[in-house]
Amino acid sequence: MDPALIAPANASLLGIPAKALFILIPLVGIGVFAYILKHRIAPLLRAAPDFRFNRYPERIRAVVKVWLAQWRHPRYLLAGVLHIIVFFGFLTLAARSTQLVILGFVDEFTLPGFSGVFGHLYSMLKDYAGTAVFICAVILAVRRLAFKPARYAVPERYGKDHTPEAIFVLGLICTLLLSESVFDASLVAAQSAQNQPTHFLSPLTLGWFFRHAFAGASLPTLQGLHLAAYTIHDLTFFFFLCFLPMGKHFHVITSLFNVFFMRLDTGTVKPVRHGVDESKLDELKSFGVKKFEDFTWKHMLDFYSCADCGRCSDRCPANRVQRPLSPRFISIKARDRCFQLYPLWGQKAAESDALIGGIYSEDEIWSCTTCGACEQECPLGIEYIDKMVDLRRGMVDEGMVPQSLQKPLSALEKRGNPWGKMEKKRADWAAAVGDGCRVKLFEKGEAAETLYFVDSITSYDDRMQKIAQATARILCAAGVDFGVLGKDEKDSGHEVRRFGEEMLFQALKEHNTETIQAAEVKRIVTSDPHAYNALKKDYRDLPPVQHISEVIVDALGSGKLKLTPADNGSSKTYVYHDPCYLGRHNALYDIPRQAIDAIPGIRRTEMSGDCRDRSFCCGGGGLMLFYEPEEEMRMGVVRVKMARDAGADVIVTACPFCLVNIEDAIKVAGLEGQMEAVDLSELIDRHIQR
Amino acid sequence: MEILVCVKRVPDSAENEIEVKPGGADIKRDDLVYSVNEWDNYAVEEAIQIVDRVGGSVTVATIGNEESEEVVRREMAMGAANGLMLVDPAFEGSDGRGIAAILKAAVQKGKYDLVLTGAQADDGAAQVGGMLAAMLDWPYASLVNLIEVQENKLRIGREIEGGNQEVNEIMLPCVLSIQTGINEPRYVGIRGIRKVASLEIPVMNAEALGLDTAGLGPAGARVQRLDYFVPPAGAGAEMLEGSTDEITAKLIDLLKAKGGLK
Repeated sequence: MDPALIAPANASLLGIPAKALFILIPLVGIGVFAYILKHRIAPLLRAAPDFRFNRYPERIRAVVKVWLAQWRHPRYLLAGVLHIIVFFGFLTLAARSTQLVILGFVDEFTLPGFSGVFGHLYSMLKDYAGTAVFICAVILAVRRLAFKPARYAVPERYGKDHTPEAIFVLGLICTLLLSESVFDASLVAAQSAQNQPTHFLSPLTLGWFFRHAFAGASLPTLQGLHLAAYTIHDLTFFFFLCFLPMGKHFHVITSLFNVFFMRLDTGTVKPVRHGVDESKLDELKSFGVKKFEDFTWKHMLDFYSCADCGRCSDRCPANRVQRPLSPRFISIKARDRCFQLYPLWGQKAAESDALIGGIYSEDEIWSCTTCGACEQECPLGIEYIDKMVDLRRGMVDEGMVPQSLQKPLSALEKRGNPWGKMEKKRADWAAAVGDGCRVKLFEKGEAAETLYFVDSITSYDDRMQKIAQATARILCAAGVDFGVLGKDEKDSGHEVRRFGEEMLFQALKEHNTETIQAAEVKRIVTSDPHAYNALKKDYRDLPPVQHISEVIVDALGSGKLKLTPADNGSSKTYVYHDPCYLGRHNALYDIPRQAIDAIPGIRRTEMSGDCRDRSFCCGGGGLMLFYEPEEEMRMGVVRVKMARDAGADVIVTACPFCLVNIEDAIKVAGLEGQMEAVDLSELIDRHIQR
Repeated sequence: MEILVCVKRVPDSAENEIEVKPGGADIKRDDLVYSVNEWDNYAVEEAIQIVDRVGGSVTVATIGNEESEEVVRREMAMGAANGLMLVDPAFEGSDGRGIAAILKAAVQKGKYDLVLTGAQADDGAAQVGGMLAAMLDWPYASLVNLIEVQENKLRIGREIEGGNQEVNEIMLPCVLSIQTGINEPRYVGIRGIRKVASLEIPVMNAEALGLDTAGLGPAGARVQRLDYFVPPAGAGAEMLEGSTDEITAKLIDLLKAKGGLK
């Protein structure tokens, strides 16, 4: 029996076999695509090294979770679910598209393994997948055009709106799906018209609708539709393939690799240059990222992979308070610049010039608090903190440091703390601990099992010294044998490093490491998450480090610490604010909450939607206290209002910098007397059963 | 343009708790940290920026002891090509006139078109720049916060009372004392200093400078410091009262009255 319609591979156009065209299209398409990819890979080959060919089991796990299971997508529910459908639709339709391309020159071609029952099942699946993707694409287009979610908006300073590109690509996707369906449906309609056995078309799919629409059509019409649909699909498919590397849809190709090579640790900072030991830093001619090629290849791959979804900037506290930073545009501006520097045609357009003063401004790069909200959110595993630190290293190396930061840096170099206070006064707070609790001083030759690393702000700031005193009383009550380094302690250097002053950080680290090792302690305890993160992630060869919340929960568990009930007379509601460097960077979410909840009768609420790994940064710690950003509002004020909206009277935090920022913000927001902030250690200290 | 910038190593007032020694002749110096005098740092930055625009080189000179080398090196890390150490036991304890005399000798040993000093030092009397100019018989402008290089002269801005600005022309060679805020001095970190750690810094003593030491040192000083003391606390601050708006209005009036606002 003759087929109902002439298949593409057997058709002829103006006397020429159509097969020739259908071989030519893929050949040209793949050729052009390979040419484009070669040019896209070129900058990666000139980039700084980045050691990511390691830890394969963890990388595969990341791919399964973040890429294949689309783990982060439902955090934005509607867009996330739509993306998941489109993603799995694409994965499913990849086989069908490959088959279609080959059908152009091999009649009746089926992919190996796609015959028989599996083939039928697949055929049904791809019909529904295609229809689902089509519906999603329509919804996405309507969403883009009619509802215009705020996070897609392009502020004027960042250029033109990106909606046309998004709509164009949705149009391409719809064209692919429609043409594939018409191709199938025209054949089935022709088979039906000729009373031949028909191919199965899953009910209520695009093809099924078209087949019914084509019911009365003549054979020549159906033949025309069949071939036209095939040709349109073939052309669109290869056009789309070559269009992907032109912009944000490159992620369709790069996402798998980007997630495979993504950052596996939190809280860490990349070395100045991979492969150069800390002791050899002096030999480097230049520090950090100054021009485009100073980025690592992974960071360039990040730029290619950015899908412009805006989740990073939507969660970025700096962007929220209108500091001149939007992480999304860190990627997009770099990608645009990369495409200018490495054009597809012709010579390299221009010499790479300085990024700062070019596509980025100094204030833009100093605006980041390294809170990590952007990285937590990115469904593609794009990283920003290391880029910020690298750009800052470049600025520090060129002397581009605002005066507001030069003073504290100079004081840190000379006195080991950003205020330039006298070293000998570092442990002055210890005299006022009281409660029969004596703080041992290693500087006086005393020995203890545990070192309490206080760090600068808690040592010197009048208000924050209360955290040190509360922490000391908790340690005493829990029966911990502890001491402090006193004048021998210098700033942990956590922000010094994250603000790009690597050599000063190395000097502080070296000093502290030697002093801590000389104290011969079994563990380190700190009440400052920034110190905690530094000692844990930036330092090496130290005893285990614990945050005071961990010590509290341990002591509660062992019964060494007992708490009195919350004051029943007051009807205060507490809320816990996750410090970035305790939560997102170190995953300590539950332990501080357990400590609070251990106070009998305490009422605690959550800033739902903005807690745990979605916590909103208070404004930043360390050197960020000295930086004077351009902003519409303080981050702390936004945070305090979130707490108020959650119905809280008391904000409990577990970080001295959070406490500074939140206490200030309560005043700025005019909520003094209505709301208060307290450190976890102070709250627990008030309830110790003595 | 060949520029000499005179810098001084001073106890940094921001990073020290200054206490007067019993007797009042000096401050307690055991636990002090030092840095380059802030005004001088602006002068060096300005000199580097001028050289970046019109060419030439910057030399940074200081009078002191071996310990003063750190501030010269820090300024060299900023971009000054040369350093110059003026060290002699006979220099110690000189008054402002003595310091100016030593600097005059150093200026005459070189070929400079422009000499910059800070407007004053943390521990100084804002006198050396003017005296140096007089001794050299060069024109002088103080509190300079803008410099434009022209043919054989400079167009300079000076800060005058109430934040007003005055613009002058001054013939080269000349001496200028530089006010803070003229620029944004670049940052120098440990890495920058290490890069210039091995550069030679010439040292000149009184003999090399051809100086008669008679007018130098405590013996030659015509101004003697008698006492340091901490002033007694004043009567206290004026507390503004009223609503936030009223307080704001009063504060604005006060600031206007004192010339802080226009």
